[in-house]
Amino acid sequence: MSMETLLCDSLTKVYSDSKGRKAVDSVSFEVPSHGIFSLIGMNGAGKTTLVRILATQLAPTAGRATIDGLDVIVDAKKIRERIACIPQEARTIPWMTPKQTVLSYLLWRGVSYNEAGRNASEALAKVGLEAQENILNRRLSGGTKRKVLVATVLSSDADIIFLDEPTTGLDPISRQELWTSLTRLAEHRFLILTTHYLEEAERLANVIGILHLGKVVGFGTLDQLRSTLRYQYSLMVTSEAELPVVKEGLVTRARTGQTQLLTDESEAHEISRSLLEKGVKFSMSRVSLEDIFFHLVHATGQEDSE
Amino acid sequence: MRAWGRELLASVLVNSIYEMKNYPVVLLNTVLSPLSFLIVITFVSKGQLIGEAIEGGFIMSMFQSGMSLQGDLSHLKNDFKLQDMVVSSPTTPSAYVTGMALAEVIYSIPALAVLTVLAAIYIHPGVVQSLELLGVFLLMFLGSVAMGFTLSTFSSDIVQSFAFSRLISTVFSTLPPVYYPITYIPLPFRYAAYLSPTTYAGEIAQNSTGLIQLSTTDIFSAWTILIAVSLALLLIAVKKARWRDI
Repeated sequence: MSMETLLCDSLTKVYSDSKGRKAVDSVSFEVPSHGIFSLIGMNGAGKTTLVRILATQLAPTAGRATIDGLDVIVDAKKIRERIACIPQEARTIPWMTPKQTVLSYLLWRGVSYNEAGRNASEALAKVGLEAQENILNRRLSGGTKRKVLVATVLSSDADIIFLDEPTTGLDPISRQELWTSLTRLAEHRFLILTTHYLEEAERLANVIGILHLGKVVGFGTLDQLRSTLRYQYSLMVTSEAELPVVKEGLVTRARTGQTQLLTDESEAHEISRSLLEKGVKFSMSRVSLEDIFFHLVHATGQEDSE
Repeated sequence: MRAWGRELLASVLVNSIYEMKNYPVVLLNTVLSPLSFLIVITFVSKGQLIGEAIEGGFIMSMFQSGMSLQGDLSHLKNDFKLQDMVVSSPTTPSAYVTGMALAEVIYSIPALAVLTVLAAIYIHPGVVQSLELLGVFLLMFLGSVAMGFTLSTFSSDIVQSFAFSRLISTVFSTLPPVYYPITYIPLPFRYAAYLSPTTYAGEIAQNSTGLIQLSTTDIFSAWTILIAVSLALLLIAVKKARWRDI
């Protein structure tokens, strides 16, 4: 076991009011503690529970977890020196300004008042909020409020940062801006990011964990996850009638309503040539995280029902 | 120790100073609530009960400070997820909660200042009496802070939490005889009043400043009950305290 890893070993959580249902069910994985590790899953998959355990906010029912060799239960005090967290549904306090929000967070982390004030202004400038640092939070847009929260963790000296669905509810431009901030944040720190936006995980994460009904159903880099599928390429056409005879592959109906052909690389090139010759509009790409996600979740669902 | 002080300062800033600075109108509420009863009791009694009403205002302010802690802790934890952010940081729970409780007292400073001026004009307490009153008010505050903290661990809904806070404030600081002597209550209901610790606080305060005359036994009993209730509430709060959810 390497010391510079986040390790979960048979981690399990059963809430007392859940009638025995496991919110997190024997989760085990090990991931290097640098870059961005993203946990994806549907609502209720167990992402927030897992993050809350790792961020020392919630006690597990069984199993253990360590961050760089520090146990989240036994060494919680040491871990708390190194972590910062933006919980799911965290909101800025309306009667405070962005500067007051960041400053008070730094005071909680033991930073002196003057230094906290300086660091707060610097962190807000890094996320482009220098002009808004003294405006009341309640007057800010949803995206700006999220950036204020990012600035709080950015201002700290924490080198492990938990972000639980940080872009939920943001418009596409605000989301893009936040992604830029997160990418910059991950240059020197380890980010654990949960999201149900698959595009977000695909774009940002070095390693991805897929949770479904409390279990890890997929884990690895995007390429490693792709390799779990039989076919690596995806072709999209308007209807199945437009496709030539397919020697190798799987024809499905995509969630966009289009017809999707999953196939291998050589077959994908052959069919695309044929479609080009016929003048049929189509798109071709490697299988996306969305394809992988639906495949793995669907496969787990089938296993469960058997 | 220095870090503990900074953590405490953060709680005070977030839970009182920033709100008072950015929304000064909230201060009116903290002044009006205890003073409105004082005014009504003073007018209805044609000024005869002004001493009792001033002491009642102090007791209500201190008790409401503790009860406000319940609503505020729930609000910050459940609506803003602030407590989760703080748990995942080096902050100690003692600094967080002490700062939050201290913030409630700071909130009451305008009301306490008005009451202190009124007390100086109408009650003229001596040094010993002032210390006795201070002890009663402090016990009232500690007991209500403990009760508020314990109740905040039960509720995860802010509407329920604030409703609970208001209900308990009314039951313990408005209905019991803190603004007037207990002898104004008909006898069968007097026994019910003794179920509230604020009744004992009111009796000690009124006796201390000569507004009522209690026997040494009654005073001793009142102090004993008040201290015992406050300690019991503090013990329950410590036992219920959970920094990490289970």
